Amino acid sequence: MSVAAITVPTVTHSLSKDEELTEKISIKNLDFFYGDHRALQSVSVPLYRGKVTAFIGPSGCGKSTLLRILNRMYDLYPNQRATGHVTLDSANILSPSQDLNLLRAKVGMVFQKPTPFPMTIFENIAFGIRLYERLSKSELGDRVRHALERAALWDEVKGKLEANGLSLSGGQQQRLCIARTVAVRPEVILFDEPCSALDPISTAKIEELIDELKDDYTIAIVTHNMQQAARVSDFTAFMYLGELVEFGETTRIFTTPNDRRTQDYITGRFG
Amino acid sequence: MTMSDHTMKAFDTDLQDLSRMVAEMGGLAEKQVADSVDALAKRDTALAQRVSMADANIDALQREIEERAVLIIARRQPMAVDLREVVGALRLANDLERIGDLAKNIAKRVMALNGEFPPPKLIRGVEHMTDLVLQQMKLVLDAYGGRDISKAMAVWRGDEEIDAVCTSVFRELLTYMMEDPRNITFCIHLMFCAKNIERMGDHATNIAETVHYIIEGHPIADQRPKGDTTTIAALRTGSI
Repeated sequence: MSVAAITVPTVTHSLSKDEELTEKISIKNLDFFYGDHRALQSVSVPLYRGKVTAFIGPSGCGKSTLLRILNRMYDLYPNQRATGHVTLDSANILSPSQDLNLLRAKVGMVFQKPTPFPMTIFENIAFGIRLYERLSKSELGDRVRHALERAALWDEVKGKLEANGLSLSGGQQQRLCIARTVAVRPEVILFDEPCSALDPISTAKIEELIDELKDDYTIAIVTHNMQQAARVSDFTAFMYLGELVEFGETTRIFTTPNDRRTQDYITGRFG
Repeated sequence: MTMSDHTMKAFDTDLQDLSRMVAEMGGLAEKQVADSVDALAKRDTALAQRVSMADANIDALQREIEERAVLIIARRQPMAVDLREVVGALRLANDLERIGDLAKNIAKRVMALNGEFPPPKLIRGVEHMTDLVLQQMKLVLDAYGGRDISKAMAVWRGDEEIDAVCTSVFRELLTYMMEDPRNITFCIHLMFCAKNIERMGDHATNIAETVHYIIEGHPIADQRPKGDTTTIAALRTGSI
């Protein structure tokens, strides 16, 4: 199947008959290069507003690369470049004139390994807010509390906001990172294997959180855990060797995939 | 889509074992159907007894298939075609178990009819139905074994004829009962036998639908042709 054949039309894809989907982020004919190596080849995929889109595929297929493009993380490294069209609410993300601070405030990211700053729990969250806004002390306190509540961490840390963020457990640290991301009021949240270092209970908490967050945010998640993709996402994109092989509703991808390669991958038949 | 092996070989073995057990159950069910009607035609109560006893083997296989399927789901978390294989095996085992029950019911009627038997002419219609059902069962089990969609569709469409023969057997039996009330007992038993066989045909079409689902991932879209009018046969015969 050619990539062009599975390019999804702009608005018509719908989950239930009465639900209209709009593209929050639109990726069209995206190529990405690490030096001379072409890591993404003409990828076209939408991220629908208020939906969770999972990216699956074997290691090195380009799914994390794709995620890193959405907030221009690759700009930190020389010799990496992206070509094609990536728009966030019709604003071109790839444009050199794009304000990266603003973009990264709008498109937050949570990484595989929890990365709290070596400072207090309160400061871990307040730090990011201060970069973008000037708030009074009480307003800042409210925002920190709200972010921690949103990340389902408040009840566990409310008595020890001055403790070091690194003193928390792995699962709590990851939720702290999610709170940090939520605190700056992003529109899109990118999760890059957020549970791969967590135990099943912490994983379930993060998944529950993703389910709650999708009402207010557009979410993309890269995961190696197929069951996790099937559980948390509304749409799934399967990538292989830098190409988008198949994109569609998660329920269909995991029951009746169209492409042989997708089927082989999700059923554990891949080489 | 042709299948390559799973990276984890034991998963392939699990699925093959499950499929083999369903095929084995299918073979047992076929034999039960043939033997039960054979017992009816030959007035062989000893054979009927054996059929009645042998139903426990089919039930045991169904339980084993269920246990294995649950274990595969728990252990391997099958997806897509693998998931359909497992769910399909569960559904097939269910239909085959019902076919076994219906054969057992025929055998019980043979035992109940001990000494009192209808003329061979009346049994012939039931035997004809049985031949048709056994053909359907063989074809649908082949369709399952070879994952053959065209065979499955042939079975799915072929049920109409069994329904039509069943309706005509019903009419014949009703006429016979009206002629002489002493015929009523065995005619009623024969009617139930005919209805049992007609239901076996329905289970064969269910299996065909499941085989279609396993292969294609969605149910058959068409409307199935239906020829069973036994529910209104009595009214029509009454007005002759």
